[in-house]
Amino acid sequence: MKNRINQLFESKKKNIFSVYFTAGFPQLNSTTDIIHELEKNGADLIEIGIPFSDPTADGPTIQRSSEAALKNGMSLKLLFEQLKDIRKTVKIPLILMGYFNPVMQFGVAAFCEKCREIGIDGAILPDLPLEEYELHFKKDFEQNQLHNILLITPQTPEERIRKIDAASGGFIYMVSSASTTGTGKKVEDFRQDYFERVEQMNLKNPRLIGFGISDRATFSNACKFASGAIIGSAFVKALEPDSGLKTSVADFAKSIVL
Amino acid sequence: MKYDVNEKGYYGEFGGAWIPEMMYANIDELRRRYLEIIESPEFKNEFEQLLKNYVGRPSPLYFAGRLSEHYGTRIFLKREDLNHTGSHKLNNTVGQILLAQKLGKTRIIAETGAGQHGVATATVCALKGLKCVVYMGALDVKRQAPNVKKMKMLGAEVVPVHSGNKTLKDATNEAMRDWINNPEDTHYIIGSVVGPHPYPDMVARFQSVISKEMKSQLLEQTGSEFPTRILACVGGGSNAAGAFYHYLDDEQVELIGVEAAGKGVETSETAATLQVGLPGVLHSSKTMLMQNSDGQITEPYSISAGLDYPGIGPLHSYLFKCGRAKYLAATDEEVLKAALLLTQKEGIIPALESAHALAALEKLKLKPDDVNVINLSGSGNKDMETYLDYFGY
Repeated sequence: MKNRINQLFESKKKNIFSVYFTAGFPQLNSTTDIIHELEKNGADLIEIGIPFSDPTADGPTIQRSSEAALKNGMSLKLLFEQLKDIRKTVKIPLILMGYFNPVMQFGVAAFCEKCREIGIDGAILPDLPLEEYELHFKKDFEQNQLHNILLITPQTPEERIRKIDAASGGFIYMVSSASTTGTGKKVEDFRQDYFERVEQMNLKNPRLIGFGISDRATFSNACKFASGAIIGSAFVKALEPDSGLKTSVADFAKSIVL
Repeated sequence: MKYDVNEKGYYGEFGGAWIPEMMYANIDELRRRYLEIIESPEFKNEFEQLLKNYVGRPSPLYFAGRLSEHYGTRIFLKREDLNHTGSHKLNNTVGQILLAQKLGKTRIIAETGAGQHGVATATVCALKGLKCVVYMGALDVKRQAPNVKKMKMLGAEVVPVHSGNKTLKDATNEAMRDWINNPEDTHYIIGSVVGPHPYPDMVARFQSVISKEMKSQLLEQTGSEFPTRILACVGGGSNAAGAFYHYLDDEQVELIGVEAAGKGVETSETAATLQVGLPGVLHSSKTMLMQNSDGQITEPYSISAGLDYPGIGPLHSYLFKCGRAKYLAATDEEVLKAALLLTQKEGIIPALESAHALAALEKLKLKPDDVNVINLSGSGNKDMETYLDYFGY
């Protein structure tokens, strides 16, 4: 079967709506409810965050959701358990996103196999750099048809963007500005020359823009420069616990979808 | 040299630069340029002048006669506590501030635990007129109030960090976030031999002046540059790296690092990473880490805020793994006793961190002819409150 991420980008070229949330937040068992509700309300792709004790690339919102999720008892093992039947109901591509250490302790090969077994299409591990990936882990990912999604930033030199493009499958995660997540910088403030410069490079992979996308205006602006955009912190902030959860997910998704 | 970092930033299986792409440009620039800069005659000259006339080097190597008599052996103290600002930390910050200037950076950030590295960073920023922001866990801000005031008087901004356990690890996370958000004008002065390559190697080189001086001082005082053994405390491990550096290839010299056992390595209240940890990735380095089976970093504990860290520099993980250095652990109680012993035998009040190295003397078979060098990494001035509370003076 073809990887669902590739299917998505083949069938939809514009305004791809991708959402990040932290597994285990607001409640330990919110994971599948959030995924179902997002799919029902127009999300094209979901990034499920594996919480980590030391999320150095994240701002306050995701730090707090990660801390709460760990306190709730979330772990990578439990997350796989929660997701084991997800493909009976969910069709859109699913990506796991997190820091390298929990994956390393689980075992990278075992992680990739488990992803295939469940039907996870990609992984984003920001502190697994390109060089380490190519040297040690590429085989495990490829054998399990799991895309390793790599990041580029405004500071990434052109030559390195080419290398990242060559090593990537699925899409390239374009960090809108040099920042941690959820800093409140708006996408309009970013230098458009970076988006345009990368667009003109004719990369083999499509791009999604993330960091600094928080509402319909920033989302639609980012979509002008890529196949779509990713919302994380703003969505996590909007999540209400308990009975309000499904409504808050649906309301947020509806407020973005173009 | 056998124990040098390789071109990819590894010591054996440990080290590397596990950085998010947002840090790539800065780390890549450092990696490409640090050796060329710090090996240049101009840099060396400036660095040596400042070490001599500003830091106050060489630091004395002192034969501790009464302590030697007590243990029935020969004990020398490398007096890093006599450096300006009271610890070995200034060796590194002097080197890094010169480097930052060569890189054209105008803003300096740092993390600090006990505040010694924060003070050493604020000091060199005042010296060079650069803007300085120090991240410090909110709990440490409370525990180490005098150092916070010192940093402020030196002109630094001290930012309390409220995430996690509000200690050193969390301060380091926040400093890394600052660097990600300010990739152009800012240099991050990491205080230990931790973090992504080239930091562990760069900081070890700046601290290596300790063992360089030791060699000539020992030759002068004992007739041989080679002691029987060198003892140093280890949190991240910068003073130990400096004390071991020029002896790594001299395999006849026994190297001993002493970690903080806290309330005991068998309890959960410990910071003895090598005793209880497993390999993992934190703060952009693959090294031994205190963590649970899910890969979440666990909270360390030690009476000494400077050793209260759940990781250790990759060089030490490697020296531990290959057996070149031996690592022991000393409990809070053993450390306090050792500090009191030195104070009353020699009239030197050591930092709680350095007292870990002293405590290890109790655990070794010492012969009368042995030459033991203790790296006395810092002064006990900052720890007076803890000492007075415990001993009840």
